[in-house]
Amino acid sequence: MELELKGITKQFAGVLANDDVDLRVAEGEIVALLGENGAGKTTLMNILYGLYTPTSGQVLIDGEPLELLSPADAIAAGIGMVHQHFMLVPVFSVAENVVLGEEPTKKLGWLDKSRARRVVREISSRHGLDVDPDAIIEDLPVGVQQRVEIIKVLEREARFVVFDEPTSVLTPTEVESFFEVVRSLKAAGKGIIFISHKLGEALDIADRIVVMRRGKTVAEVVPAETDEERLAELMVGRPVDLTVHKAEARPADVVLSVEHLVVLDDRNRRAVDDLSFEVRAGEILGIAGVQGNGQTELVQAITGLRSALRGVVQLRGVDVTIESPRDLHKRDVAHVPEDRQRSGLILQFTVTENVILDSYYEEPISNGIQMDWDAAREQALRLVDEYDVRTPSVDTLVSKLSGGNQQKVIVAREFDRDVSLVIASQPTRGIDVGSIEYIHARIVRKRDEGAAVLIVSSELDEVMAISDRIIVLFGGRIAGEFDGSATATEIGLAMLGSQGESEAS
Amino acid sequence: MTDGGPPPANRPSDPSAGEREARITGVGTSLGKAVVIPALAVLTALLIGGLIIAVTDLDTLSVWGDDPLEALRLTLSGVGDAYKALLIGSVGSPRALTETLYAATPLILAGLAVAVGFQAGLFNIGVNGQMHMGGMAALWVGFSVALPGILHIPLAIVAAIIGGAIWAGIAGLLKARTGAHEVITTIMLNFIALYLVDFLLTTSAFQAPGRNDPLSKPINPSAQFPTLGDYRLNIGFLIALAAVGFVWWLLYRSTIGFQFRAVGFNPDGGRYAGMNVAWIYVGVMAISGALAGVAGTTQVLGLEPYRGISGFAGTIGFDAIALALLGRSHPVGVLFAGLLFGALRAGGREMQGAAGIPIDLVLVLQALVIVFIAAPELVRAIYRIKTPKDETGVTISTGWGG
Amino acid sequence: MTSPDVTSGKRIDRRATSEERRATVIGVVLVILAAFVFWVFGLGVESGVTSMFNLSLPGERLQDLAWEVNSKWLAFLVAAILAFLGGFVLRKSHLTRTNLALAIGLGLLALAFLTWAAAGNSFSLVGMLRSTVVLSVAVTLGALCGLMCERVAVINIAIEGQLLTAAFVGTIMGSAWGIWAGLIGAMLTGAILGAVLAVLAIKFRVDQIIAGVVINIFALGLTSFLARRVLSEAQDLNSPGSFPSLKIPILGDIPVLGAMLFDHSMFVYATFILAIVLHFGLFYTRWGLRSRSVGEHPRAADTVGINVYRTRYRNVILGGLIAGFGGAFLTLSQVSRFEENLTAGIGFIGLAAMIFGRWMPLGALGAGLVFGFARALQQKLGILGTPIPSEFLSMTPYIVTIIVVAGVVGRSRPPAADGQPYIKE
Repeated sequence: MELELKGITKQFAGVLANDDVDLRVAEGEIVALLGENGAGKTTLMNILYGLYTPTSGQVLIDGEPLELLSPADAIAAGIGMVHQHFMLVPVFSVAENVVLGEEPTKKLGWLDKSRARRVVREISSRHGLDVDPDAIIEDLPVGVQQRVEIIKVLEREARFVVFDEPTSVLTPTEVESFFEVVRSLKAAGKGIIFISHKLGEALDIADRIVVMRRGKTVAEVVPAETDEERLAELMVGRPVDLTVHKAEARPADVVLSVEHLVVLDDRNRRAVDDLSFEVRAGEILGIAGVQGNGQTELVQAITGLRSALRGVVQLRGVDVTIESPRDLHKRDVAHVPEDRQRSGLILQFTVTENVILDSYYEEPISNGIQMDWDAAREQALRLVDEYDVRTPSVDTLVSKLSGGNQQKVIVAREFDRDVSLVIASQPTRGIDVGSIEYIHARIVRKRDEGAAVLIVSSELDEVMAISDRIIVLFGGRIAGEFDGSATATEIGLAMLGSQGESEAS
Repeated sequence: MTDGGPPPANRPSDPSAGEREARITGVGTSLGKAVVIPALAVLTALLIGGLIIAVTDLDTLSVWGDDPLEALRLTLSGVGDAYKALLIGSVGSPRALTETLYAATPLILAGLAVAVGFQAGLFNIGVNGQMHMGGMAALWVGFSVALPGILHIPLAIVAAIIGGAIWAGIAGLLKARTGAHEVITTIMLNFIALYLVDFLLTTSAFQAPGRNDPLSKPINPSAQFPTLGDYRLNIGFLIALAAVGFVWWLLYRSTIGFQFRAVGFNPDGGRYAGMNVAWIYVGVMAISGALAGVAGTTQVLGLEPYRGISGFAGTIGFDAIALALLGRSHPVGVLFAGLLFGALRAGGREMQGAAGIPIDLVLVLQALVIVFIAAPELVRAIYRIKTPKDETGVTISTGWGG
Repeated sequence: MTSPDVTSGKRIDRRATSEERRATVIGVVLVILAAFVFWVFGLGVESGVTSMFNLSLPGERLQDLAWEVNSKWLAFLVAAILAFLGGFVLRKSHLTRTNLALAIGLGLLALAFLTWAAAGNSFSLVGMLRSTVVLSVAVTLGALCGLMCERVAVINIAIEGQLLTAAFVGTIMGSAWGIWAGLIGAMLTGAILGAVLAVLAIKFRVDQIIAGVVINIFALGLTSFLARRVLSEAQDLNSPGSFPSLKIPILGDIPVLGAMLFDHSMFVYATFILAIVLHFGLFYTRWGLRSRSVGEHPRAADTVGINVYRTRYRNVILGGLIAGFGGAFLTLSQVSRFEENLTAGIGFIGLAAMIFGRWMPLGALGAGLVFGFARALQQKLGILGTPIPSEFLSMTPYIVTIIVVAGVVGRSRPPAADGQPYIKE
């Protein structure tokens, strides 16, 4: 049996998300679909799962075209999907989630809960997916929730299973056991499509790798005949050069010091666990690690957005552990937040309003009570010019700008003063190469002006290119500390908790 | 099944916050767009209102079977008479015009109260309760203090501002401290205020001597709003105009308003930029409640018999929601929407008197106007107008209880 | 939307001990109540005075059933128990029993209050319990309507308007064609308004609060308009008659309980049955599981082939039928005549009952009974001439709701997607 997507084109308002894409997967085969964020992978899979209707093109099983108008059609055709954001009802039990949509019932639609439990137990023992059918989803760790998703797919007797970025939320140990499950599914004759932007994983598990770029399939390769560099080139479209030109760092006094910091996440787990480190003026400390190892909570704790359970954060020797974001702003801390659209900008505001977002209460923008919009516009004009923000005018809504220019608006706002500490989370995520280079150069310039810089990024390439010193976070603790000369392999191993077996990408 | 688990209020940020881009409050819409849909909404509402008048005309209904043409003529003239009375009663004479402005006064003030909330992402559905509490404060100052009018009226208004601000501030504080949704708390506070007014009006502090029903002592003439000649139009209208100016300045020229709007669009973004979101919610509610309190004064200091009565705020607090929507939450928009609704009310009285059409029709018209404003697709479908590209669904308040 | 961590650095500590803090608050409240009962209801009554509770209604088979109690000593006993409960809660050894202790305490408080109010007097306890049940019907039905909608994530604050319009149509159709026609007309009216809410909320994605406000204004305006324009001219359209009382054989003759529960019109029985059926339906059937999944995580429901929109339409319209039934009760059983703004906030008390009942049908029933009790008490107090202003009892449902949403006595959690329109990609 073979599943085939043929000539799929999907046009959204103004955007060609998929452009004549072809993809095949046979039973017992693992195909990796590789591409950058925004390459059109998820759109393609949503078409396969009946969530989108393609503008043109067909989905076929053994040459027979399918009509996929809803997920129900896809399920009926034997296609299952494990979504990146799990499709589980948090307050339901495992068994309820598994049977939802195909509930075993007695008379009058009365749920047969014992049969639902039995179904879960059977599947979980058959595929080594250990879960308690009566556990409530929101109490389970992410790795177990993923198992529930897989059980859901298997319960619907899917012959083809799509995994959308399955490892992005998993810890390295969970990734390993996840890979085992995938291999066992393959052995059971399922056809698998594995969507990822991580090269190493694709090389590790796939029988075939299909690379997408800007909505098109650009290559199809076999792992044995390629390597990471060639794949990266295919994904990005030109040889990647992330070298940042910078002089030798000259670290001076300690600016930021974090001692025995413990921070809880939203579910009361220790996301940051007894962490201590220092950043000096004139150096860039990079924090590497797989996403979800406490980076977000660490930055929130330092910037006053989340309270610490224990430990001390000091700025130039002053305890700032319980200070608010405003207090820290006044202490000359610049913060480029992780999610620019959600927390860095007010998308419905203009460029002018956004560049004064954290200084509106100060001279010259206001006298504390009344805004001086002329001064604000003047400042905006100056910053747009100085930071190369490409915008029709400073009165344009910032939502109309490209991701790179939005990020430059934030950088302009945060960097336009003498700062002693720069904290930048994922400063270049999802933006164009030109903007990446520009923002990196700006960060280096701040360092050279004597600021201490803390960069948090899950892109190892970025951390390695820009940092003078690197620490690796794993499970909220430091799993390794490196100077600028460390190799990717060394750091990659640390990212897997020092004992990782698979290669890091 | 529904209890237990972590209190939702403690989620670091509302999951829907990032999705709340398009908003009905219409902040930032262009002038052309801001006028076409409201105008068509009002027109359509009037047409449907005419239909309602026609089908409820019992005398004419029986004629249809005998003489359809005559029935049609009767129907049309009946509707025509009603709307003619509406027009005459609202703009047909100097007296009618002053009545329109007079009726618009509390509506504008209350509409501003709702609009300020909308601009900061809060839905203050409790304007009625805040009007009651503000009005009671003004009432007490009005009859218990002896001062010259030049001081007495401002003092009464200050009392109303404090009363309204505190009452709304309760909802703001509950939201900031516990995450309790303002829609629920303000609805509940409306009813509590209603009963509190009833109770207070029967206490010796308020009740007119010798009365058993909830009726207050009369307000001293020095605290009564001076009227324009023998018209009912009074100084309250000037206060409303001043409030429009103040709200405009507050929202678009002050640092407080900048924070209100930032938090209204994206609370997370405001928080990252160092704004104290919790206290902004309290501040927004307090200012909104203060405006509502001023609206409340018009119902005691500016209305015969210059006494407090049970439920004196009427339905103004709910009309205010319609007003804020119609005026796209812009103070100037609210002013014009208030004038329009004031005209409907003033004209509605004439319509009731002259054409025998119950004034409650005005409520129906208002409801229809909001539907068409809130669901512009309906209007566009009726008039075959193209949908602008950047318009999406409208959501102000998503979820509650946490 | 807000996060308390904005204001303070103590968020985590607060969360870790929230149960204990709650126990402290409730324990202290119970102790204060004990002192209050002791001083006011105990010492405030002269010795030897008794309170007489009549336990039968005039005309019942067992006449003159009554319970006489020494007013002072009962207050002392209640105060002692309240103090004990307070101490129990403050010990914090059984944190899960905090709410139970609070419920018992409040029940006893009501008893002590009644005893005090009836001191030196006699009081028809059965009569009050009976009207508690009657007064709870519309509130419970309103709450069940709201719950049907919110369980599929459609906020319904238009319950008031649905009740009012249904009561109006029920009156007209009942007067013209008989009470059963009135009932059907009322239910269909509720369903139609439910459909309007559903279309506005689901298809046009109008803010659901605004949609609800619109329907309420529209309902009030239209029914008042028609009442003045039509009913005032055609008086015969405003006398629909009412559904008879159906005394259940055997059960209806049980002392106290019979008059309280088993001698009512079919509306009362139907409400109890409906609450039970909906409760089991929601938590034990396929329909319930699917409905709840749509309210909690619509996209997940969609991906397993559940039609989110259809589920929402269906439940909101079913909810409308229930509200319509409640509207019919108002004019075809409780009173048999329509008046302007007849509902006067019952729909909002229903909303409050839904929240107080934690979005569960049996919870709604219980909350409806509690609020019905408050209203019944308010009516009886006027007769007894106690110095408690009736307005404060009228406020009870609203104050209770604020306390509940503020999380003071345990937080109730609404469906996760409540109020959010679902946008299919």
